[in-house]
Amino acid sequence: MSQRREITMLSRVADCLYWMSRYLERAEHTARLMDVDLQLRLDQSPEASAGRWLRLLEASQASAPEDGKIDATTLTYILTLDKTNPSSIIACVAAARENLRQVREQCSSEMWEQLNRLYLQVNSTTSGEAWLLNSYVFFRAVQEGAHLFQGVTDSTMAHGEGWQYIQLGRFVERTDALARLIGTHFTWLHNSLDQAVESEEYLEWVGLLKSCAAFEAYCKTYTAELRPLRVAEFLLLNPRFPHSVRFSVDMVHAALTAIGELTERKAEQPVRLAGRLRATLSFSQIDEIMAAGANAYVNNVRWQCAQAHNSIHQIYFDYPVESALLS
Amino acid sequence: MPESPRSMFRPPFRSYQFDGAYDEMFAAPGEPRPHYRALFQTLLELPPEQLRKTQQAADLSFLHQGITFTVYGNEEGTERVFPNDLLPRIIPHHEWSKIEGGLTQRIAALNLFLEDVYHRGRILADGVVPRELVYSCRHFRREMRGLTVPRGIYVSVCGTDLVRLPDGNFAVLEDNLRVPSGVSYMLANRKVLKRVFPTLFRDYGVCPVDHYAQALLATLRALSPPNASGWHEPTVVLLTPGVFNSAYFEHTFLAQQMGIELVEGRDLLVHDNVVYMRTTAGLRRVDVIYRRVDDDFLDPLTFRRDSSLGVPGLFNAYRAGNVALANAIGTGIADDKAVYAYVPAIIRYYLGEDPILANVDTYLLHDRSQREYVLEHLQELVVKAVGESGGYGMLIGPHSTAEQREEFRRRIQEEPRNYIAQPTLNLSRAPCFLEGEAQARHVDLRPYILYGENVTLVPGGLTRVALRRGSLVVNSSQGGGSKDTWVLRA
Repeated sequence: MSQRREITMLSRVADCLYWMSRYLERAEHTARLMDVDLQLRLDQSPEASAGRWLRLLEASQASAPEDGKIDATTLTYILTLDKTNPSSIIACVAAARENLRQVREQCSSEMWEQLNRLYLQVNSTTSGEAWLLNSYVFFRAVQEGAHLFQGVTDSTMAHGEGWQYIQLGRFVERTDALARLIGTHFTWLHNSLDQAVESEEYLEWVGLLKSCAAFEAYCKTYTAELRPLRVAEFLLLNPRFPHSVRFSVDMVHAALTAIGELTERKAEQPVRLAGRLRATLSFSQIDEIMAAGANAYVNNVRWQCAQAHNSIHQIYFDYPVESALLS
Repeated sequence: MPESPRSMFRPPFRSYQFDGAYDEMFAAPGEPRPHYRALFQTLLELPPEQLRKTQQAADLSFLHQGITFTVYGNEEGTERVFPNDLLPRIIPHHEWSKIEGGLTQRIAALNLFLEDVYHRGRILADGVVPRELVYSCRHFRREMRGLTVPRGIYVSVCGTDLVRLPDGNFAVLEDNLRVPSGVSYMLANRKVLKRVFPTLFRDYGVCPVDHYAQALLATLRALSPPNASGWHEPTVVLLTPGVFNSAYFEHTFLAQQMGIELVEGRDLLVHDNVVYMRTTAGLRRVDVIYRRVDDDFLDPLTFRRDSSLGVPGLFNAYRAGNVALANAIGTGIADDKAVYAYVPAIIRYYLGEDPILANVDTYLLHDRSQREYVLEHLQELVVKAVGESGGYGMLIGPHSTAEQREEFRRRIQEEPRNYIAQPTLNLSRAPCFLEGEAQARHVDLRPYILYGENVTLVPGGLTRVALRRGSLVVNSSQGGGSKDTWVLRA
């Protein structure tokens, strides 16, 4: 008989790991958007940039200043160091760390130290002229910090139930963030779908790909000729690229399947919902999606993703006592 | 080779000071005690710069590991690193043997006292401890009357504060029988010191402390109640008030080291007088709770109603014998600072032995003549609130202002039962590495005692340091730090 004792995971712990991972993914995503924006800004007129900034705010679910005027300094501040904006980088890193702090005995000490170090670094940053000029250092540090955390997690934590919640959080967040970004982009820019984009908008499309860490991977697949239809196909439906919607949904499904097996719970609902979403993406054709409108499609993806999220919450984190006693 | 007295004043000891206090390192200026000689020699040879760098690295490592505590009533930056000093405090084996014997005796007697007070009350009937002193104690729990706890053990985890007096003898300053903390710092300090002085550590022959978590787990398992879930190993959990508690780091650390779940009140629920924890795979029964939540907050149905940290119905499950708590509820009467004065009598009463470790003289303020003496001599004495710990609610006469003394005079006259007074003790001093050199600072010693199947002391403990020059208060909440404690092998 095996000497390994039955391993249990508190619902609260699972909840914390899940949200820790979501917040860190969100911080990384925002840092990448800002990093890309910073590069694009150098090649663009201020007017062209302002349009993208409004899209950025929309995609990050942050509200634009009341007077509707937006400049690089304000935008950067809102999305990075503004503690009153819950989706700013600083707020997300702090929330991730706070969640991990509550369950730090569940992760390896290397993981905690890495996230704590990232937090201390981000939290000691003060905005100002000098910082703004060198803010790319900050954005890189956040992305690298998040990558390092993922690597440390994968190599120092048992790939058991807790690790699966971390995976789950990361890819639920990624699915949602990618869908939102692609949705706003296709709503605002109306290029002819199957022709190479014109030079003035070329930068915006490079920006979209880079915001998904996908520019190089896209070029390998389709060459540097950017066609909106191909960009959409790559970001939505590519099964092997880690920042595509389909890949993320596959990972959500895999994590939920593993959790269902580990907990021996009849958790059909979350797995079924993730499975349906997975099937949606596996069997979609890009020209059909674009004919009906990319935005409608990604809204459906986001809606299904939210359903899966709610179902995870009800089955694993916050179930009624009566149902648990009966089983 | 004997050290010449002059070498005393070589760096890093250039500004090392002596006064009436017992010095842990030096028998006389420039003359280290035999068990400190090797450390003394190492410090003379080690470039201070190197030690300073090591100190910085250690501080940074504590910060990155998040070895912090929370300061109450301080708005900004609630988390603070608990300062660690690099120079070990060394205790020779024979001194430790005496401490071990004394503390074993003490915990045995205090457990018998608690068992007696909550059952027949013989010691009260015999007039050894005044009845009104026990019943007027804020930590007396009426609900515990007649309740039988597993193995009759009320206090299974204890941290006793010892001080060394100018005559070189250790004395007990206070017992912490409710939820003593600090043991994680003992373990963290040891980890750092092994890295800083590997050779010195090995050559000294220091008793290990790393098995503390395992000993604690064995102690907790030994408490498993008769009605436990049965055939499998008892399920032990650590109940924490949560992330905002000052000792949260320690709770996570101990849970991780023992491999048990760290739970908050909201993770537990009681159904049919059985305690369960809410897991992703459904509810799971809990047998033993190492609780780091105070009595008052444990169960809103029995104790404080406004508590959101506790578990409704927990007390009934405890009463039904379905779950064990460590420590038991109501142990605070035995570490009440007024009951403390009776501990030597308690030891004689139950064990028929003389106390191995002395108490510190204590004035009981509900006694009129003692109170009058104290009120006249406030400037020389230390006044403590009986139910407080952590250095809160204290007046240190020699370092107080006239205003503070007036305030305490008023409080004592209002509630004499609530205060005791003790002479201002000249705590022993040990070298600490501060501002790039060795300086003498006052220290105490808190060993940790476990009581399950039998009494276990991990050789060592937490040596707390009053880091401010001249200060006598070693509590972490009051600007104290800590250092590793080396108990030498026989």
